[in-house]
Amino acid sequence: MNLVEMRGITKRFGALAANDNVDFVVRPGEIHALLGENGAGKSTLMKILYGLYQPDEGSIVIDGSDEPLRSPADAIARGIGFVSQHFSLVPTFTVAENVLLGYEGRFRLDPAEMNARVAQLAAANGFSIDPAAIVGKLSVGQQQRVEILKALYRDCRVLILDEPTAVLTPRDTQALFEILRKLREQDLAVIIITHKLDEAIENTQRVTVLRLGKVVGSQDTSSTTSAELARLMVGRQTVPVQREAATGSTQRVVLDVNGLSVADKRGVQALRSVTFQVHAGEVVGIAGVAGNGQSELVSILTGMLQPQSGGVSVDGKPVILGDPRACTQHKIGRIPEDRLRGVIGDLSVADNLMMEQLDQFTRVGHLQPAAIAEHAQRLIEDFQIKASPGDPVRTLSGGNIQKVILARTLSQDPAVVIAAQPTRGVDIGATEYVHQKLTEQKARGAAILLVSEDLDEILLLSDRILVIYNGQLVGEFASDAVDLDRLSMLMTGAEKTG
Amino acid sequence: MEFIFTLLGATLRISTPILYGALGEMVVERAGILNLGIEGTMLLSAFGGFVAAQLSGSIYLGLATAIAIGILLSLLMGFLSITLGLNQHVCGLGITLLASGLALFLFRIIYGGESIPPALEESFPQLRLFSGTILEPVFSQYVFTYAAFLFVPLLAWLLYRTSFGLRLRSVGENPEAADTAGISVFRTRYVALIIGGALMGIGGAFLSLAQLGAFTHGIINGRGWVAIAIVIFGNWKPWRVLAGALLFGGLQALQLRLQAEGVQLPYEILLMLPYVLTIVAIAITGRNASYPAALLKPYRREG
Repeated sequence: MNLVEMRGITKRFGALAANDNVDFVVRPGEIHALLGENGAGKSTLMKILYGLYQPDEGSIVIDGSDEPLRSPADAIARGIGFVSQHFSLVPTFTVAENVLLGYEGRFRLDPAEMNARVAQLAAANGFSIDPAAIVGKLSVGQQQRVEILKALYRDCRVLILDEPTAVLTPRDTQALFEILRKLREQDLAVIIITHKLDEAIENTQRVTVLRLGKVVGSQDTSSTTSAELARLMVGRQTVPVQREAATGSTQRVVLDVNGLSVADKRGVQALRSVTFQVHAGEVVGIAGVAGNGQSELVSILTGMLQPQSGGVSVDGKPVILGDPRACTQHKIGRIPEDRLRGVIGDLSVADNLMMEQLDQFTRVGHLQPAAIAEHAQRLIEDFQIKASPGDPVRTLSGGNIQKVILARTLSQDPAVVIAAQPTRGVDIGATEYVHQKLTEQKARGAAILLVSEDLDEILLLSDRILVIYNGQLVGEFASDAVDLDRLSMLMTGAEKTG
Repeated sequence: MEFIFTLLGATLRISTPILYGALGEMVVERAGILNLGIEGTMLLSAFGGFVAAQLSGSIYLGLATAIAIGILLSLLMGFLSITLGLNQHVCGLGITLLASGLALFLFRIIYGGESIPPALEESFPQLRLFSGTILEPVFSQYVFTYAAFLFVPLLAWLLYRTSFGLRLRSVGENPEAADTAGISVFRTRYVALIIGGALMGIGGAFLSLAQLGAFTHGIINGRGWVAIAIVIFGNWKPWRVLAGALLFGGLQALQLRLQAEGVQLPYEILLMLPYVLTIVAIAITGRNASYPAALLKPYRREG
């Protein structure tokens, strides 16, 4: 008897099919891993099961009933519980208040009785938690337990956890899986959305792998290996197309990154002693699944984040970290991850283009409109930006905003280019244009660090590929010697050392 | 000794309208809405209650009218800030300007340009307890004052000991969490505004139907703004809001007394005293203020 049967689920967002004819079955008493890269459609599928999205096609049968799930309230009533990555807890409330919120059962509240009720629920499920504790003061792991308790209090029989270990310390991760095992023993079904293979292999009974919205495998965990899962998940047959030969590797080191470590806001180590070099005329690609420290690395190199330890130097000169102005001094060009944070939308194209060189376009504090306009006109032509100098940047398309950023950065002949997700969300034409411009910079002798979640992009442009996993560089490949199987395993943590 | 009791009596009286305003504002802010319409709401309630009482001859109808006006203006605040999701500062100030203008305009229409403010023939009487004892000056108060003190434990109970209060606070702290728990954020915020508006209305009515028994344009005179400050001072907790209202009322009573005693200080300084000390008190306590996390944020579901 299956607890959940999703059949032929298709969900389209515009032209993109996030789920394409997906079959997904969950049985009671199993922990089921839903594996896939970012954008494979895992979250979409689970949001459909939780009633947040309506599928365009397909049917969902829960416990033998195929009534449609119109909202999360429907899903909760049918026994679906969802613990998202972003907890929906009230930090100023106690554990008990959070668990009972909306399901108090009566108008008059008695804190002692509420605490007793929640303590009893927790004990019955093998939790240890203080029901009177203020949630905002609990660790992330404990807050997650409160979310699980909430779902259990609402009689959930299928518990979905979205990337539950992404924010947990190793000890909390262990504790979480202990709890999940107990739930499984009580015949609940647990679904964990993850891209961590070792976790899936160690802790689950079944695994379903999604790639580009389709199911590419669904089997008992015991009958598969992490190597097979990695291949299914990343699954690339393509080899890099022709590329300019590396001009750099024998040349001088331009960007020297030495032992960077930093913790994120929750205190989890985001980078662990990251060390690498980029030579003049070389593209180094950082390959990895999102959330393994790439954002922090880029933030440090662009002056937006102060590391706990480690140093960065450009052309042998140390860079003052944590100060974005150092970037302009050391000619570090930045193509930010989120292009809308790289421009000021309400300012004109011309103003955005000269923003980093304000000194050159002012005289005793006065802007020089003629010089600014001329500068803008030249860059608009050089970089084929489809806009007038006076247009507010927010009115431009994503591709053209990216060109504004490219024009501003690359026209200053940077010694180093930090390109973070340079083609995310832009169309094919703009993507090719960005790639061409980065290749030109390489030919000019710039040292380019390319951070991208798009593995094809990394393979296409990089002379050397570094693999980042869990805040550490775990492997290095030369562009002409990439072993895709091994690369996928390193990216997903299936192979620990590199 | 008598001096102290008289001062205490004046403190309670002066605190009353501010306490009503502050308790109303506290309830609304706890649900995530800053109602800067409070000043105008109290003024138009005071005016409307007065007109209704005068025309009908019933002070109770006057009180009901004041409450109704408080609720109506709060519903307008709700429509603008909850349903339309507009900036709460702008909506609130707009309502204060609208209500103040309306009060002035309607006053002109009804009473023309009279220089002497109209007064009620019959206003709410004082309820004297402990007559003939030394406590008499403390407990010669209007019913409104006694009721205001009853509202403090009542609201504390409502906020902390009922499911409604839990939901109201959750909506002001994390509306997403409330929404996923099946609580209607919009409805809860509207209910909070209605409760708050009613309390503000009573606060206005106290001045025109009881304490003064008359209406003037300066009748509220910034008490709404002071109430907002008192809410911050009180850290959004009923008992501490009460303490704040009493502190302000006490300072006001003291400065009036000092003026009457003919203290050798320019009276402007004495007038300033309660406000200056309130600012100092808030500067000290406001550092640890724990604002409702969702205050000022219109709620919209994602996606």
